[in-house]
Amino acid sequence: MTTLRTPDPPVAPAAAARVRRRDPRGGRRRKSQPEAFAFLTPWLLGAVALTVGPMVVSLYLSFTDYDMFTTPKWIGFGNFAHMFTGDDRYLQSVKVTLIYVLVSVPLKLTVSLLVAMLLNTRRGANGFYRAAFYAPSLLGASVAAALVWRALFMGGGPVNEVLASFGWHTPSWVDDPQFSLASIVLLGVWQFGAPMVIFLAGLKQIPAELHEAAAIDGAGALRRFRHITLPMLSPVIFFNLVMEAIHAFQAFTPAFVIGGGRGGPADADLFYTLYLFEVGFQDFRMGYASAMAWVLLVVIAIVTAIVFRTAKLWVFYDDAESTGGRK
Amino acid sequence: MTVLPRRARSVGWHVLCLVIVAVVLYPLVWLAFASVKPPDEILSRLALLPTRFVFDGYAKGWEGAADVGFGRFFLNSFLVAGLSVAANVLSCSLAAFAFARLKFRFRGALFAFMITTLMLPYHVTLIPQYVIFQQAGLVNTFVPLILPKLLATEAFFVFLIVQFMRGIPRELDEAAIIDGCSVYRTFWHVVLPLSKPALVTTSIFTFIWTWNDFFTQMVYLNDTEKFTVPLGLRLFVDTSSESNFGAMFAMSALALVPIVLFFLAFQRLLVEGVSTSGLKG
Repeated sequence: MTTLRTPDPPVAPAAAARVRRRDPRGGRRRKSQPEAFAFLTPWLLGAVALTVGPMVVSLYLSFTDYDMFTTPKWIGFGNFAHMFTGDDRYLQSVKVTLIYVLVSVPLKLTVSLLVAMLLNTRRGANGFYRAAFYAPSLLGASVAAALVWRALFMGGGPVNEVLASFGWHTPSWVDDPQFSLASIVLLGVWQFGAPMVIFLAGLKQIPAELHEAAAIDGAGALRRFRHITLPMLSPVIFFNLVMEAIHAFQAFTPAFVIGGGRGGPADADLFYTLYLFEVGFQDFRMGYASAMAWVLLVVIAIVTAIVFRTAKLWVFYDDAESTGGRK
Repeated sequence: MTVLPRRARSVGWHVLCLVIVAVVLYPLVWLAFASVKPPDEILSRLALLPTRFVFDGYAKGWEGAADVGFGRFFLNSFLVAGLSVAANVLSCSLAAFAFARLKFRFRGALFAFMITTLMLPYHVTLIPQYVIFQQAGLVNTFVPLILPKLLATEAFFVFLIVQFMRGIPRELDEAAIIDGCSVYRTFWHVVLPLSKPALVTTSIFTFIWTWNDFFTQMVYLNDTEKFTVPLGLRLFVDTSSESNFGAMFAMSALALVPIVLFFLAFQRLLVEGVSTSGLKG
């Protein structure tokens, strides 16, 4: 379970620092083991040449007009200004992506938590259900799954037919600006298995005595959920929320496939990354695409920071270890 | 809650779970049957079972596009995924060993940096990376898909293996050092074999993610000769005529088979890998 919390950056280095202080062999200024850099070389090369270097370059490019064939032309904040004042498709892509993140993430987490609670028993066949529910998480990100999804939600497809038999006549979901995004949200929710498995691991950590004691004191199922399960599970909810949100901001394949490669009806499926791909690799406006990438990075950083900041208010840690290593 | 007898509650629980199983697995079952239906039946009949089994879709789909068969796309995908697995396991375990066991300056800072890159959207490095590979004449080869893995850019797996190695008792490698083992041999003969579960998890997830990867492969591969399975399937994206449905579903079904097999073979390991490391599916 401790591993679930380690993506929190301050924790691991703090733990490393603790180990270091205790090390009797190391002086204040420890020597490096010469072998260390042999082991680190591939990673260091990648970090410099494929991560930090390109990040710096793309930050520079975001202030330029660049088509890959001529030298970049400095235009200051031109790209950013155009994004927010002169590019309706950009704003549409922001809108679509925000709706997707705000709807699909809470929906997916709710479903995964409910199903995890359902599976948190000692009954037989538990492992089978868990595996069956998890399978879409592996398959769902593929082009194949998105193609299937598109067919299921087409006019005259199974979804239309089943809803019609209940008296709800819907248009072809994938061709309708109102419904198209909903079908992509559902494809995301279908992959609830991964967060479910993580929730399940979290639920198993909650001591049964807590529930028993509360039940003896007369607390009903709902109150126990509200006052025991939710607080005890909050670190896991926090982790899932951060990961799912980062993931959702970058969704691409379902939007590409279900939107027919062009953003769907009336750009209803024009996800941010889809538009970025179009701008960068079909129009070769590489400067603008870099600027878009940096806005995405900043937005993800802000959202993550907000979740981390508010975590103090709603995430409950019952052991000193995870609050930053103070004992 | 306690009013119902235990047995009835248990039956109710199973029924509820089975209903969810049916909903969750329906799209996959539907796909399997759609791939062997006569094309005109795929959307028009709600029944899962076809009136007669037709394998034309498989034959037609296997022909591929532009004189390149779908078999070629599968070979390319297996090649890219296989090399990615080897590259990732090697490079990530090297870096992980350094972070988990060795002393070097700035270790804390570098580790924090590595964790930060977990949250980095791929897009901020995409365009300069593309330019680099383009200048090097490597666009339209598999190098841009594999080289980043050889350089351990997938921090997730470094992190996963670090976590696992930290759990291996230090006494084991200290004993090896005392017995005169070099750091390299300690890595190779002591720590690496003990890290097998983490390496297997890394391999499976690398394979599945590479197999499913669409964005990077679409960016870097243009020639039909070089196409991978997702790019082959992409040719169906514009398809709306029913005549092509058979081929589309047949190839989609085939594309999912390797993942399903992996899943069936390693199901327990996969699910446990997720619950202990928080890996995404």
